[in-house]
Order: sequence, then structure tokens, then C-alpha cells
Amino acid sequence: MTTAVDTATEIRPATGAPRFLSRIDVGRLMTHLSLLLLVALWTFPTAGLLISSLRDKDQLAVSGWWTALTTSESQAVTRLPTADTQVQKDGKWVITGNVFGTDSNKQLGAFGTSNNEPAAAVPGASLPMSDGGTITIQVDGSFVWSSDKQFTFTRAPRIFYEVAIPPRFTLDNYKEVLTANGVARSFLNSFTVTIPATIIPILMAAFAAYALAWMRFPFRGFIVALVVGLLVVPLQMSLIPLLSMYNNIAKFFGAEDGKTYLGIWLAHTAFGLPLAIYLLRNYMAGLPKEIMESARIDGASHFKIFTGMVLPLSFPALASFSIFQFLWVWNDLLVAMVFLGAQEGKLVLTGKLVSLLGSRGNNWEILTAGAFVTIVVPLIVFFSLQRYFVRGLLAGSVK
Amino acid sequence: MSDIIQQIIGAVIAIAIALAGAVAYFWGTNWLLDRFLSSNNATGDEITRRDNVRSQIRPWLFLFPALLFLAVYLVYPALETFRLSFFDKVGNFVGFSNYLWAFGDSNFQQSILNNIEWLIVVPFFATAFGLVIAVLADRLWWGNIAKSLVFMPMAISFVGASVIWKFVYDYRAAGQQQIGVLNAIVTGLGLPPQAWITLPFWNSFFLMVVLIWIQTGFAMVILSAALRGVPEETLEAARIDGANGFRIFFDIMIPQIWGTIIVVWTTITIVVLKVFDIIFAMTNGQWNTEVLANFMFKWMFVNFDYGRGSTVAVIIMLAVLPIMIWNIRRANAEEGTR
Repeated sequence: MTTAVDTATEIRPATGAPRFLSRIDVGRLMTHLSLLLLVALWTFPTAGLLISSLRDKDQLAVSGWWTALTTSESQAVTRLPTADTQVQKDGKWVITGNVFGTDSNKQLGAFGTSNNEPAAAVPGASLPMSDGGTITIQVDGSFVWSSDKQFTFTRAPRIFYEVAIPPRFTLDNYKEVLTANGVARSFLNSFTVTIPATIIPILMAAFAAYALAWMRFPFRGFIVALVVGLLVVPLQMSLIPLLSMYNNIAKFFGAEDGKTYLGIWLAHTAFGLPLAIYLLRNYMAGLPKEIMESARIDGASHFKIFTGMVLPLSFPALASFSIFQFLWVWNDLLVAMVFLGAQEGKLVLTGKLVSLLGSRGNNWEILTAGAFVTIVVPLIVFFSLQRYFVRGLLAGSVK
Repeated sequence: MSDIIQQIIGAVIAIAIALAGAVAYFWGTNWLLDRFLSSNNATGDEITRRDNVRSQIRPWLFLFPALLFLAVYLVYPALETFRLSFFDKVGNFVGFSNYLWAFGDSNFQQSILNNIEWLIVVPFFATAFGLVIAVLADRLWWGNIAKSLVFMPMAISFVGASVIWKFVYDYRAAGQQQIGVLNAIVTGLGLPPQAWITLPFWNSFFLMVVLIWIQTGFAMVILSAALRGVPEETLEAARIDGANGFRIFFDIMIPQIWGTIIVVWTTITIVVLKVFDIIFAMTNGQWNTEVLANFMFKWMFVNFDYGRGSTVAVIIMLAVLPIMIWNIRRANAEEGTR
């Protein structure tokens, strides 16, 4: 091994560069680096979201997610307790407490009594207060404000300080979005919409696909063309008439409006059908002709061939379509907003996320955690079933 | 709590009814057909006649449920939307005046202009990045991992992607600590931070980035498969003739996968024409970022003017139509070769 390499390098013409440099293939290195850069560009936004969602919300608001592992410094202000909390101790009047409240994670860098001098004293030192006495604050934020005379102030003074927050990762943001912000309910709603809408179209599409692939009848070519055409028809063309239709049906039955889960299941079923039929038909048409023909000669009916042979053989195509339909329904916003509405109890995850963007637009701890809850299920489906997804993609783009 | 249980039970029942219903329908109609048009008791020509009738009817039994859904949910609404585009808000026939209104409306003109920008920029960059990544990844041992990561945004909803990128574009006033990556880089270079989403003219491009980020994975997968179909001999021959990497890429590879590039391009074009969620979630059309799909949604659900809403939908449909016709013609041509 080593000798082979040595002879190889000896053959090279001697240059001024060190020997090991001449072994590096510059072109190949460029390929590695370019791809690395592109992959970084494609993954960093998502990584930033995930890391941010796990950070302490005070840190998230003041420092970038790429500094998540470093201690962040910031300035803060806290109002001291009122005079009625004072106690008499060793002949002095004392007010005690902690400027950080109950948060024990932070560290005090310096403190002061005015906005202009937030770093007038180091932790452990004392400063005179305008309301009388002196205050001493420790690194952990605990303070003792003592005076010889009884405190009589009516408005509690403020303390300005520099605080260092060591890196802290927490699931608190997730706890908050799932409970306080109703994301858990939306999570359930998304499943309620998605699972039936994925299962219902499959059998229907499979029978139709078989007919279009292996049966001879008039207008077959026309129906295939119709399916190919409907693949690209914008959903916007369907929304208004369908909504009117649903509302009329609801009125007939005396219901308030036509926004039901049944309505959205059927709508998603229909909107998924062109792709389902197209994918399955292409796949079934590719099954070997000889098997079909010999089965026909043996007297098997189309129904028997379909249920006994074609359907089991088509499993990969059925899996591809199911993944597509699942991802598309889960990620859909438009159909859900039109047919399920924006009522709080009926919002799916995408709708919920949009409403959070509107109401909590600056609370990144809520938005990042909410967004991650929204995308985690598709990501799991995607990474575990990527093979079928890719196969479906290759078959589904009109060749 | 009880409404949650009710909701889950409802979903389970729906799945059960749908599956049982489908099985009952397909099995039942098939059984009825064989039972009542059986050739068993017939003789001579009657057997052939009945066989023929059965094979004439059976395809339609297979197709009926799917065709019913397509007709009710896609074909009828499309025709109805077309009809509604000639009526006003309260249902009076107004001829072409909705269309005349649209072309005179400044927001509509803005949407058309933006859509044209999107149509040029997004398919180009998504296809180009997809192609470059496919070519690079196929030459490296960790290429499959790279492809998987670039492909990942395909699984993320447009709304989720919007939040991800809104975080990248986050803006804090100058002097404050920037928590958005883009502004952190910009201020790191000594330039003033920008509110990217409201930046005139350029803000649309920052929204387009979101869709490019999502669609590149699609382009990459399709083009990667096509590249694997390029015969090795042609590349080898070019190498022997002394062509460098760039020449091989542009003169040998690209011409051979040109058909696939067009397919990828047109598929992304259709996604772009329908794009709604990204604009709705990030700007809702403010700061001159309006596009047709969001504009249509506003006329439908904010102004409740179904006539004008339908008009905008028809205009989106007209833009899709050439690609649709082209797809159908190619599908027909392929059908002919089978």
C-alpha cells in the first residue's frame, strides 16, 4: 500500500510545493466544498428553527440561535418590593428578595440604581439608595436593602443591572404551545382530517386505474386525457361552487354552515383522485402483459385478476400515493380554511400556525415551537418512507 | 373533552363506512352483473351477446365512483366558476365587466406583475440548483445524505416553511442584537440591518426564496434519475476527446436530459401559479407582494364577491391551460406507443 503511493508520487514532476499537497485533487475538493455549502444553505434555516424552539425564551429574544451554546449578556431592570414588605431585624429595617424573581439560572454582572449607570457596582458591593439606606446584591440576584430608619417610600425604586444568562435548553416552549395556545387540539384536528382523507380515495382510484389500464371500452382515451388535465387544474376553480353547494346542503338539513369534517374528507378525496388514478394506472399498465393474458385464458374474470393479482402487486404504487396524499393533506392550508373554517376548535395545524403568526408574531418561542410541532409528523413520514416518496415522484411527474 | 372523543369516533366511523361501502359496491355490482347477465343458461349467439354486454358494462362499474367524485368536485365546479365569472356579487349577469374591472384594478395588475416575476425566477433557480446538486451529489460518497437533506423541505408545509424563513429574515432596529441570520450577516459585514419583508421591490424575491428552497428537492430527484439514464459511453467519449467538466455538463449531459428539464420546469411553473400559502402567511399581499391566488382568496372570503373571485380563478386557469394541453398531448402520444 505505502510503496504503491510512494512510487506514484515519485513519478510526478518535482515542483516547489510540498509533497502532500500534490496528492490533493483540487477539482474533487471543490466538489466537496460546493456541495457542503449548498447542503448547509438548505439545512440551516430548519436547524435554526429547531434549536431556537428548545432555547430559553429570554435568551431566544436577545441572541441569535447560533450563539445558543454561549452565555448571553443583556441589560435588565427590576422594580424592588414595596415598603410594606420590610421587616425589623437587629435594630435595622430590611427589605430582602431576588431581582431575578424565582429564576435561579441567571448571573448578575453588575448593578446600579439609575438608568445611566447600570454598572455602578459589582456583585457583593453596596450602593446608597435615594429612598434611604444601602442595597447589596449578590451574583445570584439576592439582595438586602437595609436602613436605620423605617422605609416610608410610596413608589418602589428600580434596580438596573447587567445579567449573564448561561445557555439553557428547555421543553418549556413546547409545553406552552401545546397547552396554553391550543396547538394540541389542532394536532388532533390535523390527524382527524388527514387519515380518512388518505384512506378513502385508495380503493376508488385503484379500481378506476385498473379499468383505464387493462380494459377496452369507448371513451377510454378521453377519460385518461381528462385525468391528466385535472392533475393541473387549480383548486381555486373548485372552491366557490363547492362552498355554495355545501352551504345549501347544510341549510337543507337546518345546520348552521357547511363546515364539517365529512365535507373536507370528501373534498380532499376528490382533489387527490387525479394523481391517484394517474400514478396507479401508470404502474398497473407496466405490469407484465403475459400474466394478465394467461389469467384471462384460464377464465379468471377482471374482478378476480384485479383483487387477486393486480392489487397486491401494486403495493409500491399504493404506498407512494398514500404518502403523497398524507403529506399534501397534512400540509394543506387553503382547503382546510375554506371547508373547515377558522373557528378555534376546528383549526388544523397549518391554520393554527397562521393565526399564531398574526397574534404572536414577535413571540419567537411560540412560533418556533409551534412550527416544529407542525412539521414533525411529515418529517417522520418523509424520512422513514423516503424510498416510496421518491418512486411516486418519479412516476407522477408527467413524462 | 366529549367533542374530542366524538371527533375521533367520527373519523373512525368514516373510514369504516368508506372501506365497507367501497368493498360492498365493487363486489356487489360485480356479482349482480355476473348473476343477471350470466351466459350460463344461454345458447349460441346469446352467449356471445351477453359476454359482450358484460364486458361493455364492467369498466363503467369500476370507474363510476371515481368519475362521480371527479365530476362533482372538479368538473362541475370548474364550469360553474366559469359561469359565475360573468355575474356580479348579488347574482346579476354582467357580461365581461368583471374581467374589465380586473384589468383596470391596480392590485390585480400588481398581482399579475408579481406572478410573472415568480414564474421567471422560481422555476429557473429551483431547476438550476436541483441540477447542480444532482450532478455534484452523484459524484461523492456522501451524496445520498446530501440529497436527503436538500429534499427534506419537500415534506414541510408552505406555512411551516414561511415561519422558518420569517425567522431567517427577522429584523431588529440597528444597534440591537439581531436574531435573524440574514441581518446578523449583514450587520456583521458592517451594513445596516434591513426589514427584508417590507423592502420595496426586493421583498417579493425574499418570498420566492421560500418556494425555491422547497422545490429544489423535487427538481433534484427527478433530474438525478434522468442523469443516471445518460449513457456512460457518451461521457467517456467526451472525456477521451479532452472535454473538461463544464463542457461535458453543458454539451453532453444537458442536451440528453433536456426533456426532463422541461417537465421539471413546467411542473414547478404550475406550483408557482397556484402559490397561496406563502404570501398569505408572510405578508398577506402587503408591501406590493400580492399574487393572483391570494388576491382571489381576498375577493372570495374577505369581500364575499363570488363573481370577482371566480373571475380571478378563471384567469389563473387560463394561465395553466397551455401547460395542461401540452401535458394531455404528450400523454396521448405516449398512449399511442403502448
